[in-house]
Amino acid sequence: MDGLKLKILELLKEDARRSAELISTMLGVPEADVKQAITEMEDDHVIVKYATVVNWSKVDDEKVTALIEVQITPERGRGFDSIAERIYLYPEVKSVYLMSGAYDLLVEVEGKTLKEVASFVSNKLSPIDSVLSTKTFFILKKYKQDGIIFEEAEGDNRLVISP
Amino acid sequence: MIKDKEQQLVSTKTVRASMSEYLAPGARSLKPSGIRRFFDLASGRKDIITLGVGEPDFVTPWHVRDACVSALEAGKTQYTSNAGMPELREAIGEYLHNRFAVDYDPANEILVTVGGSEAIDLALRALVEPGDEILIPEPCYITYSPITSLGGGIPVGIETFAKDQFKLKAEQLEASITPRSKVLILCYPSNPTGGIMTYEEWLPIARIVEKHDLIVISDEIYAELSYNGNHVSFASVPGMRDRTILVSGFSKAFAMTGWRMGYTCGHPELISAMLRIHQYTIMCAPTMGQVAALEALKNGLGEKDRMVESYNQRRRLMVKGLRDIGLDCFEPHGAFYVFPSVADTGLDSETFAERLLTEAGVAAVPGNVFGLGGEGHLRCSYATSVPQLNEALERIGAFVESVKKG
Repeated sequence: MDGLKLKILELLKEDARRSAELISTMLGVPEADVKQAITEMEDDHVIVKYATVVNWSKVDDEKVTALIEVQITPERGRGFDSIAERIYLYPEVKSVYLMSGAYDLLVEVEGKTLKEVASFVSNKLSPIDSVLSTKTFFILKKYKQDGIIFEEAEGDNRLVISP
Repeated sequence: MIKDKEQQLVSTKTVRASMSEYLAPGARSLKPSGIRRFFDLASGRKDIITLGVGEPDFVTPWHVRDACVSALEAGKTQYTSNAGMPELREAIGEYLHNRFAVDYDPANEILVTVGGSEAIDLALRALVEPGDEILIPEPCYITYSPITSLGGGIPVGIETFAKDQFKLKAEQLEASITPRSKVLILCYPSNPTGGIMTYEEWLPIARIVEKHDLIVISDEIYAELSYNGNHVSFASVPGMRDRTILVSGFSKAFAMTGWRMGYTCGHPELISAMLRIHQYTIMCAPTMGQVAALEALKNGLGEKDRMVESYNQRRRLMVKGLRDIGLDCFEPHGAFYVFPSVADTGLDSETFAERLLTEAGVAAVPGNVFGLGGEGHLRCSYATSVPQLNEALERIGAFVESVKKG
């Protein structure tokens, strides 16, 4: 990918609400070029979505998240993909990764209560034919996600004016 | 009987009218920096956005802080050699060779100091005799002239101009030279203007330095913050290496201001004199800081590049923003300052900065505190987050409009 696109992606990763005009100023390139690059990346699904990073622990809504290690037998001809699809189509499933190492899929599941997540695992995930085993780990606290630290940083410690 | 004797003793003493009379003349005549007043004005106000800070907005990269923590855990709390840890001097030598094509022998040509500031002090103490004239292109960082005066030297400001992008011109330099001229202090990339000097622009300066047998203190603390090609060290100009005391440090490039880690390089006879002063006054730079500095040079160059890229983005934003407001602003190619002219508003820099602070809640430093050529300008640091810069630009825009309307 060309350098301009990479730089645009970095700026949008920091703040997805940055306008093409601001990005063009910051990078010193014409606004039209920035707009075109963004459109191309949207069309190519390089930019998949502009989403908001939420610290749910600050929202009064109860939420429980678990990471589940899943071991599966791959299907002939389609490998892991069709099973992964059967899993990720559930709306409770927030992310699915194919992993190297001791297990195959890492599944992130979200529910309102511990019970709800547990019942998803026992009633929906485990019964899938190719699923051999699952191990569920509940997340207690999120410190950092996608490079963003959740704890509020200390403010600017610098002197207001210095030489 | 005894009491009488005591009284006699007291009465024979010379009585000074005030404590300040105990002060040596040099210390007595040191004036507080013009920045101080603005610091007092701005302090305690919560709603202000500050463009007045002369340091990075990044915290020192974690791996550098971590190296210091490990050093403490390992008990590295003793003195190092006076000149600094040999490994650190080696690393500085290698870094300067790779980045700026200047070569110094770590054994006797590199000295680790407590910030670039100590290096400047050492250099001036080592060089200045009472009556010597010290040439200082201005506007410039506020330290050179007071330290020169403290040693009995005479600071001779050379005014540089916005129309020349605050570059030092050979003819201006030559016009300021007298038989008493001894030292030329250079600071490029420049605080406060952001101006730089290219190789071609250095050449005529070097010829005059040679012709008049000057010695140069080149403060290159902002070297890494260069946005228009690589920084050209004055010491890398042919013939200038042995005439130049190079001063630099870790503060700006690696976001390490509070660590106070700097270094200076030059001819062994000069460095050895500076080392003697350093060993009697400082002993050695702090050991934990030296460990951190070594880590920064070994593993911190990638992080440094990312910070420089981020400053560059904000530099473009500030220049465009200030120009859109209608302030005349030359494009700075170094440091993290823009130095727009506010003369069109009809206000002098001091009044502009004070009113901008009190009426619009934006702190910046008036150009006049940086010496000749600074009047009519405002130093704005863009080492602040993009949303803050945008808000500051909006406030400055509204303020300038209100001033113009009267």
